[in-house]
Amino acid sequence: MFETALSAADLIFLAKGAGITIVVTAISVVIGTVLGILFGVLRVQLGPILSAPLTLFLDIFRSVPLLIQLVLANSFIGMVLKLQLSGFFVACMVLSLYTSAYCAELVRGGIDAVPGITRRAARSLGMSWAQDMRYIVLPLATRVALPSWIGLALGVMKDSALVYVVQVTELLKSTQILITRLQEPLFLLLICGAFYFIISFPLARFGGYLEKRSSND
Amino acid sequence: MIEIQNVHKSFGQLEVLKGIDLVVQKGEVVTVIGGSGSGKSTLLTCINGLEPINSGKILVDGTEVHAKSTNLNKLRRKIGIVFQQWNAFPHLTVLENVTLAPRKVLGMAKAEAEAIAERQLMHVGLGDKLLAYPSRLSGGQQQRMAIARALAMAPDYMLFDEVTSALDPQLVGEVLETLKMLAEEGMTMICVTHEMAFARDVSKRVAYFHQGVMAEIGAPEQIFGDPQHPETRKFLASVR
Repeated sequence: MFETALSAADLIFLAKGAGITIVVTAISVVIGTVLGILFGVLRVQLGPILSAPLTLFLDIFRSVPLLIQLVLANSFIGMVLKLQLSGFFVACMVLSLYTSAYCAELVRGGIDAVPGITRRAARSLGMSWAQDMRYIVLPLATRVALPSWIGLALGVMKDSALVYVVQVTELLKSTQILITRLQEPLFLLLICGAFYFIISFPLARFGGYLEKRSSND
Repeated sequence: MIEIQNVHKSFGQLEVLKGIDLVVQKGEVVTVIGGSGSGKSTLLTCINGLEPINSGKILVDGTEVHAKSTNLNKLRRKIGIVFQQWNAFPHLTVLENVTLAPRKVLGMAKAEAEAIAERQLMHVGLGDKLLAYPSRLSGGQQQRMAIARALAMAPDYMLFDEVTSALDPQLVGEVLETLKMLAEEGMTMICVTHEMAFARDVSKRVAYFHQGVMAEIGAPEQIFGDPQHPETRKFLASVR
């Protein structure tokens, strides 16, 4: 028969870790998306030359492994800036910028997919640049970018497992703590995986729903 | 009145308009014909300030389009334009396509904008498509929707940039009928077109553009019956 030392209290401990994973992901995805839209619009608006510094900045966040970003940011803030920031804050900050770098690319691609003539049609009706953006370009860009954005949000959720390096005890770290104590790695990882699935599944479904709703034409 | 005075326009090294002079009176229908690359479409986008010009002047009711002090968003309210394709806002219903600018640009109440939109859509024969999305419309219906959308702003001038060129042949007629109807109602129009029969029937004057120059302008009977410029003759012979 299958036996385990896992207690109800341990499950609650894991659930708390899952809660941290959800909160870190939610904060990072929300801030990262807002920044990503801003950066994406800026990149399109400024053109390739003027936006080169921004592009370089975003490329760094996209190409350096998240683990390294977290460690470096944490050390920089602590040792160079001499600031006492919580690991949770640092984790959210780095993950937000990491998300924004990917999101900016999605936004840029989405905006580029809007035909220039459609934008001219909007402007020729007397709409301002901002009205064109608000009512025509961003809604159309969203449709193009949405499937990839859902993928990005799911990816950030899983990548958030790395924030343990800045002493944030999220789901995977909680699992590791239990593994060390109970010595039942396979069973615990299975449960941990189930938790990740339970978190991801509604998001993936929600994405499917949004996609369906936005392609109503 | 639209006054175009010695307008020059280049895209990089390529000069597409080489000193165009043209005056279009209120209530007049002018069609512009010519081969591709003759600069005729560019002229339209210069008239409503979508494209800057290099020199010369374009005045619409006395307002200089390309002057720094001109509020283009305001000026464009009285100049409607319809392009060859990609006019529709695909994420909005037909009704929303038409009500968007009256609501957001003119600040009209929703009910008022919808009443105007419905009237314009009926006018172009789309009264039964109000809640459809553009992708459910044929190309001809999309073009008529774009016309209704421009008309909902109650413009004084309408510019048509080869509005039938991207359509299947059997859909061209319905769009040209709509343009004819507008012309008969007294709308001031500049139509860039490849439809010679339409140009002959509807316009007061026909302009022939060749390589960025307005080679010839005159009444349709004269342009089609007795073209003076050798290039006009060559062009008309090639399209007949």
